[in-house]
Amino acid sequence: MNPARPLTPLQFALTAASVGAAVAPHLLRMPWLFVLPIMLVLAGRWLQRTRGGRRIPAWIKLPLIAIFPIFIIFHFGTLFGRGPGSVLACTMLALKLVETETRRDARAAVCFSSFVLMSALLFDSSLGFTLLLLAALTVLLAALRELESERPATRSLLAGLGEDLRSGAIALAAAVPLAICVFVFFPRLGSPLWGAPGDAVARTGLGDSMAPGAMQELLIDDSPAFRVRFDGLAPRRSDLYWRGPVLWQFDGNAWTRPERLASPQNSGDVEATGKPIDYEITLEPSERRWLLALDVPLSVPDGAVRGADMSLVNHTPVDSLLRYRITSSPNYVLEPQLGAEHRRLALQLPAGYDPQARELAQRWRTEFRDDSAIVRAALDLFHKEFFYTLNAPLLARDSVDDFLFGSKSGFCQHFASAFTFLMRAARIPARVVTGYQGGYYNGVGDYWVVRQSDAHAWAEVWLEGRGWVRVDPTAAVSPLRVQLGARAAAGATAPWYQADWVQAVRNRFDLINSFWNSAVVQFNVLRQQGLLTPFGVEKAEYSDLMAVLIALSALLLGVFAWWVLRAPRIAQDALDAAYAQLCGKLARAGAPREPAEGPASLAARVGTRWRELSELLAEYGQLRYAFESPPAARVVGFARKTAALRLTAIQR
Amino acid sequence: MNASVAPASLWSRLLEYAERRLPALTRLKRAENLPIQLDRHRIYVLPTRFGLLYSAVLIVMLVGALNYNNNPALLLTCLLGAASYQSVFQAFRMLNQLQLAALRAAPCHAGDVLRASLHFHIDGRPRRSLRLQTEGHETVFDLPHDGAIVLDISAPQRGWRRLGRMRLSSEYPFGLFHVWSWLNPEFAALVYPRLEATPPPLPRAGAATASRTVRMSGDELASLREYRPDDPQRNIAWKASARHDRLLVKEFELRRGQEIVLDYAALHGLDHESRVSRLARWVCQAETAQQPYALQLPERRLGPALGMEHRHACLRELALLPGAAP
Repeated sequence: MNPARPLTPLQFALTAASVGAAVAPHLLRMPWLFVLPIMLVLAGRWLQRTRGGRRIPAWIKLPLIAIFPIFIIFHFGTLFGRGPGSVLACTMLALKLVETETRRDARAAVCFSSFVLMSALLFDSSLGFTLLLLAALTVLLAALRELESERPATRSLLAGLGEDLRSGAIALAAAVPLAICVFVFFPRLGSPLWGAPGDAVARTGLGDSMAPGAMQELLIDDSPAFRVRFDGLAPRRSDLYWRGPVLWQFDGNAWTRPERLASPQNSGDVEATGKPIDYEITLEPSERRWLLALDVPLSVPDGAVRGADMSLVNHTPVDSLLRYRITSSPNYVLEPQLGAEHRRLALQLPAGYDPQARELAQRWRTEFRDDSAIVRAALDLFHKEFFYTLNAPLLARDSVDDFLFGSKSGFCQHFASAFTFLMRAARIPARVVTGYQGGYYNGVGDYWVVRQSDAHAWAEVWLEGRGWVRVDPTAAVSPLRVQLGARAAAGATAPWYQADWVQAVRNRFDLINSFWNSAVVQFNVLRQQGLLTPFGVEKAEYSDLMAVLIALSALLLGVFAWWVLRAPRIAQDALDAAYAQLCGKLARAGAPREPAEGPASLAARVGTRWRELSELLAEYGQLRYAFESPPAARVVGFARKTAALRLTAIQR
Repeated sequence: MNASVAPASLWSRLLEYAERRLPALTRLKRAENLPIQLDRHRIYVLPTRFGLLYSAVLIVMLVGALNYNNNPALLLTCLLGAASYQSVFQAFRMLNQLQLAALRAAPCHAGDVLRASLHFHIDGRPRRSLRLQTEGHETVFDLPHDGAIVLDISAPQRGWRRLGRMRLSSEYPFGLFHVWSWLNPEFAALVYPRLEATPPPLPRAGAATASRTVRMSGDELASLREYRPDDPQRNIAWKASARHDRLLVKEFELRRGQEIVLDYAALHGLDHESRVSRLARWVCQAETAQQPYALQLPERRLGPALGMEHRHACLRELALLPGAAP
């Protein structure tokens, strides 16, 4: 076939569908600056071609090809990396469709589409998204098939399309065993070939600072942050404080973590009492280095360190699912002796901010002798006059003053910030702890899922003789927040989409997702090496895996080869089959039928030796030649008698 | 000396072995009798250029997925790869068990186009996008949709025209694999001599034949006679036969004194091919004019007679005169 032949309408439609299916997943998270032009190019080309338009001239194509990369460099600063690379690939694919006139072009476009489709999974590898993209492969295969087809004119467009799609789906279904075999046994890379996985994707998650309103985005994000499986009984929900970054520095606007503390210097000074809790956390990729742990972690997972403030920091950013085991103790005394350096940090306040709050704290200082009385006074204030809402108004420059004496409404971030400020102003060492609070128990899978919307901020104050004590000012305002979660606390009435049955469905879906994460997404070189443990290979090397891969693939392909090469079945009716069996028995008994011998002459020759044989041969002759089509019942009877026939061998 | 002989004999032994194992390697150079059935011994498979490009893209996808340690992307790549490579089986099945059952071609004159029709038998499965290549021409067809395949073959020379080796191939379903086989049926079509473009008029009727009455398939009804086994069916007088309870045949009498002799030797001053060409034209002209004719060749004489069979016999003799295509 001449590859330069022009495309038929169906061929163009399927090629365009492949390109569209490949580009669409990228559009979801591409800057609008690029989404619109790409959609315009695709839609314009579709309209132009379906209206019988001619080849697009070069003076339109060439500037487009030049403009897009310039745009990308202008926007991202580079052409390389996951983000700009995917935008570049999408724009080039869209432009390829513009110049697609022949089959060769169309094939190249489909080929490139598969690459673009695959690259979409580098950004989102959730179960639903993956299934969607796997289904999109059907369109690609259907397009390839249609491009090979020679007979568009005699078929209706829809019939041809249906045939192509069905054929593509069958090809995909047939490919599943081999694909799984290759997927499981193809050796994974221990370390990447080039350092690309580092380029971060903007994900929501706990930051290492707490700017005003930063958490607001998190609190409405329902995606899972991590999942927990307790070895024994889970603690009460109100005790589930998942410790994340600890923030010490306040500049009047945002709370941040001091650079110096981020480096591990000492592992803290903690005395645990009570029974420790063992559990396992599966952390979703966050592109940050924080690990979460129940207050307060006693052990440190591999590859992480514990800071002096009991926060866990991983050596590398968490860019794929991370699973670790850890032990915590809910009862503890943390840093009973506060060092001078920590005391200085825990009392630091920005000069020239929030005079009213400072004044209030000074008043408390003179009023109360006891530090804990000041803490109680602050909580009392929050409890009486403040209320909890996710829709907090924006605060003025003196954010603490504005909050304490102005809006008097907000969520955990505002309360933690204002409370810590007040404590410091009253000369009580205090710090902000961010993390998550609570979680949802999944009864089906027996684990807890903690969502981004469970993000929380609270305070810790240092009290003489008790060390660092957790104080949750939000709980003073809205105890529900700690008992039910942020959403429920904000609006007392649950919207319809949070009804119980919806929660049950969500639990189930989360279970499937969790299975997908652990079985597929998290499958890595370590788990692959353990694959062959049941067969006595402790640590499977590349060569072992390759051997298994080749053997299994060969087996699977062998099945297909057998199916293709098996001898064509000769159409033989039941009567002939029974007769062939009869002749076979005769041959084994020493009296084979001569090639030119019919049933009658055969009976004449050998019928005298075996009496029942002559009857059978006579019946065969009658069945075969007396009827247009022999009655089925008699054929079955004949076959049964033939099967039961025993011939004593001729003695030689 | 021995050292140089040994590899040669090894090579020939290898070739022998290959021929024994894969008789198609040599067998397909010879013509075969119909029907020709395609099976795994004579079907070859190679990736197409697009298949190679596609493999390269799959490898890039594989390396990308592995590098980013992204298992869903790897799964997608594996699935696409497995689906693509398994299409080789489907491609193979397009040709497997295909049978070239019959071949027909009506004679034509040299310089015209010979129309040969090929009849394929399949075992129930439809076949898509088959391509038949003959001498630079390509025909694309589906089975059983297209039924008989008609090939237009050039016929430059009189004599037997062999069909030659044909390449039957398919790249169905995805264009990734090229599957092909050779068909070389034992078949030759007769090509009549070229007709002279501007011939002189037919020679006049000769005196020697004027008095003879030729009882042949002329156009004037002469009498009825008994049926003989090789009489053409259309000459049977059905009504008369019904009346007499036996088959009677109409006998026509040619117009007396009209038959002409087309004599090869009488054409002086022309070369061999020109004589053949002119005689062929005259045969056709005489047939058109319904004038009985006899053909006198150096070694044979045909006729005088008239009718399709006589015309065919004459043109066949002319086509196969020395100097024809083998």
